[in-house]
Formats: sequence, C-alpha cells, structure tokens
Amino acid sequence: MKKIEVEKLGKVFGKPSRQVLSLLDQGWDRERLMKEKGFALGLWDVSFSVEEGEILVVMGLSGSGKSTLIRCLNRLIEPTAGSILIDGTDVRGLNEAQLREFRQTRFGMVFQRFALFPHRTVIQNVAYGLEIHGESKDTCRKKAEDALALVGLKGWEDNYPDQLSGGMQQRVGLARALAIDPGILLMDEAFSALDPLIRKEMQEELLQLQSRVGKTIVFITHDLDEALKLGDKIIILKDGRLVQQGTPEEILTNPADDYVEKFVEDVDMSKVLTASSIMKKAYSITWPKDGPKTALREMEEVGISSIFVVDRKRLLLGIVNADDASELIRKGISDLKEILKEPSRVTPDTSLTELFALESFPAAVVDESGVLKGAIVRGNIIAGLNRER
Amino acid sequence: MTIPKLPLGEAIEAAIDFLTENFSFITKAVSNVVENANEVLVENLEKIPPMVLILLIALLAWRLAGRRIALFSVAGLALIWNLGLWGATMATISLVIAATLVAISLGIPIGIASALFPLVNRIVLPILDLMQTMPAFVYLIPAIPFFGLGPVSAVFSTVIFAMPPAIRLTDLGIRQVPKELIEAADAFGSSRLQKLLKVQLPLARPTIMAGVNQTIMLSLSMVVIAAMIGAGGLGSEVWKAIQRFKPGMGFEAGLAVVIIAIIFDRITQKITHQGKTH
Repeated sequence: MKKIEVEKLGKVFGKPSRQVLSLLDQGWDRERLMKEKGFALGLWDVSFSVEEGEILVVMGLSGSGKSTLIRCLNRLIEPTAGSILIDGTDVRGLNEAQLREFRQTRFGMVFQRFALFPHRTVIQNVAYGLEIHGESKDTCRKKAEDALALVGLKGWEDNYPDQLSGGMQQRVGLARALAIDPGILLMDEAFSALDPLIRKEMQEELLQLQSRVGKTIVFITHDLDEALKLGDKIIILKDGRLVQQGTPEEILTNPADDYVEKFVEDVDMSKVLTASSIMKKAYSITWPKDGPKTALREMEEVGISSIFVVDRKRLLLGIVNADDASELIRKGISDLKEILKEPSRVTPDTSLTELFALESFPAAVVDESGVLKGAIVRGNIIAGLNRER
Repeated sequence: MTIPKLPLGEAIEAAIDFLTENFSFITKAVSNVVENANEVLVENLEKIPPMVLILLIALLAWRLAGRRIALFSVAGLALIWNLGLWGATMATISLVIAATLVAISLGIPIGIASALFPLVNRIVLPILDLMQTMPAFVYLIPAIPFFGLGPVSAVFSTVIFAMPPAIRLTDLGIRQVPKELIEAADAFGSSRLQKLLKVQLPLARPTIMAGVNQTIMLSLSMVVIAAMIGAGGLGSEVWKAIQRFKPGMGFEAGLAVVIIAIIFDRITQKITHQGKTH
C-alpha cells in the first residue's frame, strides 16, 4: 500500500475565493496571481505518492514551496485544496484532537535549525513526543534512550543542547523524531545548517539508519548532490508547482526543463554515477563443479580472456584467466583452486572517480556479503561518462 | 462663546460613589481579610528577634545571591536595627510582600492570557498604559472610600501601581519564544496547555522573573508613598520627617528603604539570571 498519497495539493495564503483558485487551474503563475489578485501562492496542483520505506526528496530553490509542502502533510500549514492520504486516512478530514493524535504517532519531524528545547536536557528533548502522548516516565526514559543509542549519542543524556556541536544537536533532533516510532519522518532541510563534512557524514548515517528502521522519509533540500545521494525518488518544485518527478537517474539524464537543467549541470557526473549504474553482467563459473575446461569454453563463447569464479551461493572466490586454464589442462589438473587470482573488488555505490583509480580489470562488483553482482571493464567507465555528458 | 467644562471628574466621582454604596460589602470583606493577613504577617515578623531574622535573611541571600550580598544584608539590616527603625521596616516588608503576591498572582495569568489571545491583548494594553502613566498619588484617593484609611488601601493602590510590569513582561516573555520551537511543539502534537506548560512558560521564565523583580521594586516605592493614607512603616517615618522638617530623620528612613530595595533587587535578579543558564 502507498504510505503517502498526495492528490492535487494546493495552498494559497489568505482567503481566496473559488474563482481565484480556478485562475490557477487556467495556468496563472505565482507572479500574476500576486500582481492582479493580491494572493500569495504557496503550492498548486502537486500530486505524488511515496511507498512504504522509500525516501522522497523534495527539491527546489528557496521560495519554491518545499517548506509549505512538507508542512501541509501534517497540517502545520492548512492546505487550501487537494487531498492527502496517510496510510489511507484523509489527513484533511481529521478534527483537532484526531490531528494531534496523528501528529503524536505518525510523523516525526526534523527541522533545519534543529529546534531543540534549550531548557530541556538531551534525553528530555528526545522524550518530548512520548511525554506529549502521555507515556509513563519509565517508557519515556527507555524509548528515548533507545532512540539516542540509534543515533550514536549514548552517554550525552544529561547534557543541554547548547553544550553539543551542530551535528550532535541534529542527531538529537533526529532521535526526538525517531523516539515516537513514527511511520513517516519529515525532514525539513535537516542537514542544510551543518558544515559540509558533517553533512556528508549525516547523509551516510541517515541511509544506514534507514536500512535498519525502514521509515518512509520525506526529505527537503535545495542541494542536488544531497537529493541524488538520499532520494529513491525526487520531485522538483518551482514557484509552487511540480516541474518533474522521477528517480535520480531519470532527472539527471532527462531534465524536464531549463530550471531542472540548471540544477543538474553543476553535478560532477563522475561523482554521481556509481558502479551499479555502469556495471555489466558478470560471467562466472561455479567452483568446485566446473573445472578449467568449462572455464575455457565459457570464455571462448562470450569472447573474454578471464572469468570470475563463485561458489554455489554466488559468493565471489576469485578470477581465472585463459592462459592459466590451458596450462592447468596441459598438466591434467581439474581443480581451479591453484590458478585462482584475486580481482579488484568494488561495492555497487563506489563512485566513478574511484573506479578510475583501479589497477586491474575486470573489477568485480560485490555486495556487503560478498555476492557477485556485476563486472566493470575499463570501457564501461569511459562509456558511462560520455553517455551522460 | 465658552464651551462648558466636560463633567468628567463628576462622572468618575459618581461612579465611585455608586460602587462604594452598592459594593462596599465586598470591599469591606476584602479589606478585612487583607487587614487580618497583613496583621498576622507583621506580628509574626515582629515576634522573631531581629538578630535571628537578620541571620535568616543573610543565609537566604548567601544561598541565592552569593557572599557579597549576604554580608551587605547583615551590615544593612544591623544598621536599620541600630537606627531604631526595625519595627517600621518589618511593617514595610510585610506590605511589600502582600502587595507583590497579589500583583503577581493577578499579573502573570493576565500576561499569559494577553500573549495567547489577541483580543485580551487589545483590551489590556491601553489599560496598562493608563495604569503606568497616571500619577501614582491618584490611586490613593479612591482607595480610601473603598477600603478606608490604613494598610489595605495601601496594598490596593500598590497592587495597581506595581502590576503592569508583571503583565507586560509575562506577555513579552511568551511572545519571545522562538517560532520554530512553537512549531516543533505543534509538530509533535502538543495541546495548547502542554505547549504553555512545557515550552512557553519555561522559556519565558527569565523574562517573567525580570517582571517580578520590577513589581517588587515598584511595590517598595509605592508603599512608601502610601504612607499618606496611613500605610505605616518606613513611609510614615519619612512623612513625619517632612511634616516636622527633620531632614536627618527623613534621611535615616530613606536609607532604610534603599537597603531593603538593594537586598530584594539583588536576590531576585540572581534568580532571574539563574533561569537564563538552564
């Protein structure tokens, strides 16, 4: 089931009449609406959906409506039009008490400038949402401690926020959102106030955390590198309207208009493209079932001079080349073990820049558990770069 | 052509007359309660031997405000005792305590309401302007028909004079809470009351305490003026000195007021600043 489904969402500030809203459907833009009717357009005609466990990145320049969008989801800003379904429930139909309950249990929000309560200790900050929901003291303490451990801040419970660095403060912000165990994390430019190195680190950690806790995340940013790194899906807003949505690759390779192109052109392709996006099928034989003769025949068939060797679970064991294999046949030995060599190993998200630096090809692309996923030959890298430029 | 004088003063007098005639049973009741409470307070303060009370106050000052203020308290209060102004000082302190308690227990809730509800704010602001710019002596006059001569009238006019800072700074303190913190409180589903108790009031505390400090200082100055309507205490010593033209006596009583003011001020200020660092 879809976790979040947003249909024709709109926000016009002030109290616009139906007739004013219909002008927007006729294609009036923000500037014209302001000039001729005096209403400020926040968002118009924005539709998208997010699957459970997915990270959706909302991108746009400042003033494009991203902050309005994320605040419409939990009605910190009251939408003017459209529908928002969370787990199938219409958020706009909730009354005040239901909305509070919804916010207490479904949404964890993380803010750009952290918004930690300066008069509360770290653990009291993290427990805030639980306290509001009326959990017992013990439950609050326990869940808050768990959340703090999750973001790596064990031992800082009794400090005050202003005793922590920016990066650590935002971890507290993240822990506060995670403590209530919400289905959805709303992250409003959560890493924008951090310096670049810490920011990279937090992005990595968010991805790791995501793989463990599996939250659905709506992440707002104006930074394309961040969007590409985090997003399973990206939507791009301009002047309150949606201009493109798609996977990072789709947006890179096929920008919808000049606005998107402007974002995209600054990206260093060699950093964005990863091993997984340019790797080819890896040819392999299975040890101990296959011997040197099978290896040679396989290589001849597809026209390559070396082949990967895996075990029955497709765990990579090594690589053998054609010369060594024929030598083995001449000697009458059938076990490949003797001629196994260690190939270069890379992970699926190794960047193109790092691939350039490899010394031997083909390189094997393996996942964390060592299973062979694909192969990279030097030609792929060059082709990959050219394709994108 | 002469424009006749508007009967503004007459109207106010008529209103006060009406209120005294019809509601004096309420004001008399209030008067009795406050008078009794004040008497009990004064009696008890006077029962404590000066030596013991000086040490108690010094101890309090030491714990809350540090050694220097503690030493100053001992020296200052000993001087007051030595000048023979101990009884008058106790009377003044108890009036200040009574007036301050009433002023802040009315002022802080009004300040909260004014910060949270725009309508209340629009009503309260002009009244506060009036209360603060009207010469303080004017409050003494209507106090007499309501409460008669004596300490209760003094407390009444002191409360009116000293309450505005408590209201204003409570209002200001709550408004100054950063918007993003209010948003965070909302995002986690806080109710209005939860937001007030867990976020707004704790963050406004230093500002509210500054208001309490102001209220105490204003109470002290008004209690002295209220000697004119029979409040007693140090004010009446000053008043006597004026009538008999005894500058030395007036100076002694004035000095006692200053000493108390400094002790009160430093102690409450320290509490205020403690609030700023957690």
